[in-house]
Amino acid sequence: MTDLSSDYAVPKGADSELQDFLLAEKQKAQFHAQIHEFNDFCWDKCVDKPGAKLDSRTETCITNCVERFIDVSLLITNRFAQMLEKGGGMH
Amino acid sequence: MDTLSTGSLSGAQKEELMDQVKQQIAIANAQELLTKMSEKCFKKCINKPGTALDNSEQKCIAMCMDRYMDAWNLVSRTYSSRIQRERNNM
Repeated sequence: MTDLSSDYAVPKGADSELQDFLLAEKQKAQFHAQIHEFNDFCWDKCVDKPGAKLDSRTETCITNCVERFIDVSLLITNRFAQMLEKGGGMH
Repeated sequence: MDTLSTGSLSGAQKEELMDQVKQQIAIANAQELLTKMSEKCFKKCINKPGTALDNSEQKCIAMCMDRYMDAWNLVSRTYSSRIQRERNNM
């Protein structure tokens, strides 16, 4: 992990305890935002009629949905990086 | 200008500030969940909006809410363990 705080506008002079606190809270907030997003579209993909509980088929679908989405974004990120390295792709 | 300079905050003030930040984030999180649940469960449960929510619609909404939160927790667990795995692979 490199300097995650570089894009983070912590005011100069803020003490390090506050900086650490804000950074941790920011990461938690990003984590939650990501879950909201995953749940949003995996719900649409996987849940038909809401029943008395999530059945195992739905649970598997949701788990796979999250995992494959992450696979896709990693794949695209890596491929995009390769494209940039080759100097092509973007004009 | 330097309104956020914290050099002069006392320990108690700092604690209060942190509590407020946490609270604001919790509120924003709850609002996001509420908005999403209303949208998703309206779509699932209300086919033709009538003059009032009938009994079966209300039951469907209640069930949908519970399942949406189940799904949220499942996504959260799946995502955390994936992050953990990716970290171990680094």
